[in-house]
Amino acid sequence: MGDDESELLASLRAGDEATFARLVNEWSRPMLLLARGFVSTEASAEEVVQETWLAVIRGLDGFQGRSALRTWVYRILVNIAKTRGVREHRSIPWSSLGNDDSGSTVDPDRFRGPEDPYPGGWRSFPTEWRSAEDGVLDSEIRDHLRLALEQLPDRQRIVLTLRDVLGCSSEEVCGLLEVSAANQRVLLHRARAAARTVLAAYLSEPSEEAS
Amino acid sequence: MTQDGAPMSCQELVELVTDYLEGALDDDTRIRFDHHIGLCPGCETYLRQMQETAARLGSIPAESLPAEAQTALLDAFRDFLR
Repeated sequence: MGDDESELLASLRAGDEATFARLVNEWSRPMLLLARGFVSTEASAEEVVQETWLAVIRGLDGFQGRSALRTWVYRILVNIAKTRGVREHRSIPWSSLGNDDSGSTVDPDRFRGPEDPYPGGWRSFPTEWRSAEDGVLDSEIRDHLRLALEQLPDRQRIVLTLRDVLGCSSEEVCGLLEVSAANQRVLLHRARAAARTVLAAYLSEPSEEAS
Repeated sequence: MTQDGAPMSCQELVELVTDYLEGALDDDTRIRFDHHIGLCPGCETYLRQMQETAARLGSIPAESLPAEAQTALLDAFRDFLR
């Protein structure tokens, strides 16, 4: 965010409305994306974010500054979102991985078989992607990525949102979700690979992944 | 997964890309990864596309809360600190 944390916190505690309004407007964007990972509807995500801000207002004086302000706000959000997810029967287990989280991330048919002189080698290399010069629009790429995110299993979507969309560090994500570093990497890897496959289907000419 | 000293196959490499980018590979595996990438245009492309995917995810635009909700929060902020 580029804000000086202590200044920001002092302004908020002093009741500076302009600072609070700006923070709500800016931070609610990543917060909505993150909340959307846990609950079933956009409206529900908005309620989670509003509830989070109310908890932030009440907690401002007690905030110790042991973590960054953003991490603290995200932690409140994750707790509220988890509780609501349970109510919506979308409780997500974080301690272990599930069936969605194992197996190949690239179609095994793209690689040579065990009888081949080069087992496990590409049958044909991944196609280079088309770029802006080929008329590809950034907005269309973003639409495909949003769709890819929606299609991911819950845990993968939440980890990918935190890491790549919102730019959190792996330490931050492990702390927020109470997931081990190794499992966090597995979820991130599977989610990124799935998102790459979606982009490849759109950006490869002719479509490599469909064949 | 991969045996010590054995060359890494493309199929093995693609599953290690994120661990590689996260700096989580042990030295031996990282050296074999780098060695393979240096010789294999297909895996080099794959690695680059994974990086591009991650980077482009960072440009997904995000909506903020509706204006009325923001106003209501500002009211709550004002009331609480009064």
